[in-house]
Amino acid sequence: MPQITCQNLTLGYEGKTVISDLSFAVGTGDYLCIVGENGSGKSTLMKTILGLKAPMSGQVLTGGGLSPTEIGYLPQQTVVQKDFPASVREVVRSGCLNRCGIRPFYSRAEKQMAEENMKKLDIANLARRCYRELSGGQQQRVLLARALCATGKILLLDEPVAGLDPKATADMYELIETLNNGGITIIMISHDINAATKYASHILHLGAAFFFGTKLDYLDRSGGCA
Amino acid sequence: MIAIIDKLVEFFQYEFVQYAMLVGVLISLSSALLGVTLVLKRFSFIGDGLSHVAFGTMAIAGALGLVANLILVLPVTIVCSIFLMKTGQNAKIKGDAALAMLSVGSLGIGYLVMNMFSKSSNLSGDVCATLFGSRSILTLSHSDIWLCIILSVLVASMFILFYHKIFSVTFDEDFTTAIGVRAKTYNLIFAIVIAIVIVLAMRLVGALLVSALVIFPALSAMRVFKSFFSVTVCSVMLAVVCTSLGILASIVAETPVGATIVAVDVACFVVFSLTGFVLRRG
Ligand SMILES: Nc1ncnc2c1ncn2[C@@H]1O[C@H](COP(=O)(O)OP(=O)(O)OP(=O)(O)O)[C@@H](O)[C@H]1O
Ligand SMILES: [Mg+2]
Repeated sequence: MPQITCQNLTLGYEGKTVISDLSFAVGTGDYLCIVGENGSGKSTLMKTILGLKAPMSGQVLTGGGLSPTEIGYLPQQTVVQKDFPASVREVVRSGCLNRCGIRPFYSRAEKQMAEENMKKLDIANLARRCYRELSGGQQQRVLLARALCATGKILLLDEPVAGLDPKATADMYELIETLNNGGITIIMISHDINAATKYASHILHLGAAFFFGTKLDYLDRSGGCA
Repeated sequence: MIAIIDKLVEFFQYEFVQYAMLVGVLISLSSALLGVTLVLKRFSFIGDGLSHVAFGTMAIAGALGLVANLILVLPVTIVCSIFLMKTGQNAKIKGDAALAMLSVGSLGIGYLVMNMFSKSSNLSGDVCATLFGSRSILTLSHSDIWLCIILSVLVASMFILFYHKIFSVTFDEDFTTAIGVRAKTYNLIFAIVIAIVIVLAMRLVGALLVSALVIFPALSAMRVFKSFFSVTVCSVMLAVVCTSLGILASIVAETPVGATIVAVDVACFVVFSLTGFVLRRG
């Protein structure tokens, strides 16, 4: 039973189609990399999977014990965040909100989980720092810790290494791989074909050269010269 | 010095001064709570815009001969508030342009309508009072005071109950929606509450002061503090302190209340900016 199934999705804005008739499925433990040119609809697809945007037709189904609110998300950065007064701990904890329901405050277990995720991502020493004063790589880790608080099952990452230096990029990829080995399904948008073919188990190529399948098929098709 | 204290003591024997103080502090507190989120959502100007909308609608209500003008003013302002919050992100007219249009437009039309239909002999006095607040401390009716108390308690308790959700929705609306929190609903509630607070506060203290009360405490607090919690706590305290000081100063110096409070807020902002600057250097 796949965790996420997209059936005949057609996506677009105000009648302008961006992606048409897209179908694919992501199983538990998969590592799917979405690649494609700028504007090919990668972020749009991710927003649709998250339920932030309604598809023009088709549907997104969740299964395999995954509920639609258990999807962790690492967004492309927005402008508002740049000068927002928020401590790292506050940001990470906000990932627990989907467990709260109408309860107004975090439980002890939820606070504990936030601390553990900060330790896991090596940002425990930054807990009291201001989010906006961190480096890009540190900020990505904070957002990833927040996403981990929201779910232990599946993570959607929109360009997690954009703007990171080579060292931080390598660290980030390794971190994601560790999480994937720990059983978390990964769907990642990336412009880095080399990383995609190195780490992913499946590739979805949007745009003119459409492709969906396993990494090996992808390499075969492109003649092994990725 | 002793003369000043004597003067204050004398004034505080009057019930209406005590009430004015109470109402001023409560309104500042509510506005400051809402202000933190508004400033962070880039809606600093909404206090200004909505109070001008309320002004325009009041003028029209007056021309129509409506005595209980809240029946008209409140719904119109709420609708505008929701509309402005919606235009925030992706719309044909940019959020700030829509706000500026609405603000200036209703100010102009309101003044026009007042001029054409008002039966008052002291028109400019009326306009001035609505925009800048009354010259001296208001004599508030008991119903005004109760309304104000109930409203502030409501705003404060909503803020406390939804504190974590408000933080998350303000920080990252997409993420919050994605993990199943109804961010849209919270935005809607927020738009309604801000409209109500602005309309009621404006009748008591004037449009100028309302917009100042919304932005200044939050902006000052953000100069120095860096977590959402400390900014919130600090701006509430600043709001209360600045408003109290402003009212006291206006009694002593016999200056217009609203304008004096704004001046204190500005001074406070300068002090906090300098402090923030020094802290960053040191
Ligand atoms: N809010 C919007 N309103 C209208 N059109 C949009 C909107 N957002 C994106 N688009 C359009 O949809 C198309 C796909 O955009 P999307 O952001 O999904 O691309 P992307 O693959 O993520 O690109 P990038 O690699 O630059 O992040 C683009 O042509 C873009 O112009
Ligand atoms: Mg994108």
